[in-house]
Amino acid sequence: MTTTATIRMARTEDPTPNTFWARLGSAFAMFRNAKSITGLVILGFFVLVAIFADVLAPFSPTQVDNTARFQPPSPEHWLGTTHIGEDVLSQVIHGTRGVIVVGFLAAILATVIAIVVGVVSGYVRGWKSEGLSALTNVFLVIPGLPLIIIVASMFEEPPLVLIAAVLGITGWAWGARVLRAQTMSLRNRDFVQAARANGEPLRRIITVEMLPNLMALIAASFVGTVTAAILGLTTLSYIGVIPVNTYNWGTILNWASAQGAFRQNQWWWYLPPGLCIAAIGVALSLINFGIDEYVNPRLRSAGERARAMKKKGLNVNDAVTAVRAVEVPTSRREARE
Amino acid sequence: MTAVEPQLPVETPDALEVGTTATTTVKGRSRIPWRFLGSRALFYLFTLWAAITINFFLPRLMKGDAVDQYLARNRNVTPEAADALRALLGIDTDKSMWQQYIDYWGLMLRGDLGVSLLHGLRPVGEVISQALPWTVGLVGFATIISFLIGTIGGAVIGWRRGSRSEIMIPITTFLSTIPYFWLGLLAIALFSVNLKWFPIGKAYGVGYSPEFTPEFIGQVIHHGTLPAVTIIIASLGGWMLGMRNMMLTVLDEDYITVAQAKGMPNSRVLWRYAARNAVLPQIQSFALSIGFIVGGTIVMEMVFSYPGVGKLLLDATNGKDYALMQGVFLVITLSVLVANILADIAYAFLDPRTRQTEA
Amino acid sequence: MTTLEFDSVTKVYHVRGAGQMKALDDVSFTLSSGQTIGLVGQSGSGKSTIAKILTQLETPTSGEIRLDGKPIPRRGKGLRDYRQQLRMVFQDPFASLNPYHSIRHHIERPLRLDDVVPKREVEDEVRRLLDRVRLEPDSVIDRRPHELSGGQRQRVAIARALASRPRLLVADEPVSMLDVSIRMGVLNLLADLQREEGLGVLYITHDLATARHFSDEILVLNQGKVVESGTADDVILRPQNPYTQELRAASPDPESHFASAPGLSGGTR
Repeated sequence: MTTTATIRMARTEDPTPNTFWARLGSAFAMFRNAKSITGLVILGFFVLVAIFADVLAPFSPTQVDNTARFQPPSPEHWLGTTHIGEDVLSQVIHGTRGVIVVGFLAAILATVIAIVVGVVSGYVRGWKSEGLSALTNVFLVIPGLPLIIIVASMFEEPPLVLIAAVLGITGWAWGARVLRAQTMSLRNRDFVQAARANGEPLRRIITVEMLPNLMALIAASFVGTVTAAILGLTTLSYIGVIPVNTYNWGTILNWASAQGAFRQNQWWWYLPPGLCIAAIGVALSLINFGIDEYVNPRLRSAGERARAMKKKGLNVNDAVTAVRAVEVPTSRREARE
Repeated sequence: MTAVEPQLPVETPDALEVGTTATTTVKGRSRIPWRFLGSRALFYLFTLWAAITINFFLPRLMKGDAVDQYLARNRNVTPEAADALRALLGIDTDKSMWQQYIDYWGLMLRGDLGVSLLHGLRPVGEVISQALPWTVGLVGFATIISFLIGTIGGAVIGWRRGSRSEIMIPITTFLSTIPYFWLGLLAIALFSVNLKWFPIGKAYGVGYSPEFTPEFIGQVIHHGTLPAVTIIIASLGGWMLGMRNMMLTVLDEDYITVAQAKGMPNSRVLWRYAARNAVLPQIQSFALSIGFIVGGTIVMEMVFSYPGVGKLLLDATNGKDYALMQGVFLVITLSVLVANILADIAYAFLDPRTRQTEA
Repeated sequence: MTTLEFDSVTKVYHVRGAGQMKALDDVSFTLSSGQTIGLVGQSGSGKSTIAKILTQLETPTSGEIRLDGKPIPRRGKGLRDYRQQLRMVFQDPFASLNPYHSIRHHIERPLRLDDVVPKREVEDEVRRLLDRVRLEPDSVIDRRPHELSGGQRQRVAIARALASRPRLLVADEPVSMLDVSIRMGVLNLLADLQREEGLGVLYITHDLATARHFSDEILVLNQGKVVESGTADDVILRPQNPYTQELRAASPDPESHFASAPGLSGGTR
């Protein structure tokens, strides 16, 4: 039998060092593209505003000034005033806090539940898996907003944490379903089988072997849930189900609408809060686009490839490239010549 | 000798994915996906039971005196109606929880949802059935249009990858992250107040009553345009994005390349091959999103004062009309279930894989 | 000397909506350390099912597996001991390594799980194993699977399988997804390791040539049944069973084929 020499690898680049920071960096590779970074920057801006609201707002949001009612934007009130002279800018700044807190709290709760239910139901087999899946589907089908409305109406002054909890409990099902599907597909992968054959305990298989491969999905699900929670919170506030003495952009719109701002063209009152909600929504969508492209590189490269081909005068949808006519010999004798 | 796998003729053509490539099976497969539909039906029955049970517990979770005062406020209720209300809401009764549950199911099966305070003590069922067609008509219509435009648009954009039409994706996504109620309010501010093209709210003009005259139908269309258009614009982004992403994935598959190499015209490849496969997950997500569409309805009806079930729910919540609240929630859940069933049936017939086994 | 007896094993899968599927039908063989058995058959014949049952990823519907005369326990310490004795090399070199973890992680885990060496010697043992499979430790140990070639990944998979110092190895089509040019290298490595460590190897393949080259005995599997067994030369050169004869005839042999084709000038390829 022949013996083989030791294989040496060509020295291309040094392998990723096994330091903590390097591994952290590669764990967040999904965020290292233009779309995600833009989204994160915008989101970061709002988070900072929420944290430093007290310092940033020029007035207290409840400071009434009866001499300056319904004022359009002016140097003193950058976004004008409300029907009783409160400064709109200060209200919007303070409103950021409620939105960010509830959004993230609800998303954390929902994502934790989604991970537990989704991964477990994807990994185990048989009736346990089907049962958890049925539970997930029930939560998916039962309409969330009506339920929240009814539940919220039962309390006089629901605290923000309760709202976040209810939003989280009605919002985990989608992520759980996605995670279950992905876990089921991962479970049949050879490296999981190899870990099982090596006798790895179940908790290590799930946490060490499978979870890192699910990270992108979990991140996308988290971001999506934040979006849904923020939209849900502002919608509920606008409807009036959540009492109007808590600050968030939705309650500002509630007052604006009640005071007829839409009918009286007081755009400085109703445009900024809505635009802020839209801005945060856009930021979160951008982050999710970035994650999408990381997970499915086809999305990113498909467009690039098509544009590159266009420059050469080819249409990407002509999958067959034209070939110049070739002389085909008609007999084998010709072929040999 | 070489290492090529010997190609022997395979006896049975079915190779079912079960963790083994063994090819001997006992039974074959049928045309109608009974297994699939059967398991879905079972699931929906279970969900129905869960919804009714949640409904049962909802008023009982509320502060006791609020519900007890409910009947006290309403002395004009007939004795039968009062009994029904007691059974529905769990007030004022010495019966055990289990007995109440059974009574509740009795009412459900008879279709008795109690009487509504806010609406002159008319049966809840009657009140809801007046409002339901408005919601189903408007939202159903708008959602289907939005789904069609979004899916077809997404297919075309995915096909023309890298072209300028890609700009539609961020635009429509932006429009769907705008909170829906704000979009609606803006639309009113712009088109109703300023431009006066459309009326501000409601389904039809004040003073008219529903009848099947062309004039009335014209009113309905006129009033319904703004809400419908806002729904369409707001939900377009999701369908378009999903379809376009699926198209990009499908177009990478080899069978598309084969189809084009065979000389098939591009339009056929696009519609009969690529879009046909890419639309399957769309239908699934359509089914899943129905629950969220319902949520959107509530907001839309509030903004436009549209007399549908969403507005009914809000009014009932504000007016503490518990029987109506319960009834509306049940009806909404039932509608979502029915829509899901229809989507499942459509999916079952579109995807040939459901007719095989699900291992 | 370790002996594994696979005794009259039948495996039936229940598939919802399509009845039953018999993957294995009364299969028996004995694998001893120091010996290589080749298991040959086409796709769907049940080869991988045998591998899964051996590694306890599936359980037989009937029949028994015995190690050194004692049946395999279903759980507990007995199962762990059995798992340490028998390891598997998987077919797909990309799928059998976790894309998220380094090579070091992959080889460390079995060492730690089975306490093969004391903690402070684990790093050295990882390097020693990489060296045994003819990979240079320094250039590989910190890399992720996608940074290695198929052949390298398969060598890592072999190192991982050897980490717990098993007596028996199941190689499930270890080279069928590798480039043809590097297959012999990996197979020769397996043969060397088998000889040096005195392992018992079950070499599962559809390739008759390598089965004959590397195995002492060969079993031919068709639709879950063993249709022929014997020494490697006997089975390949003098097949008795018609299925085996068909298998041999179906293996393309370019020299004989082109020699008889009309029109093209003779001579070697």
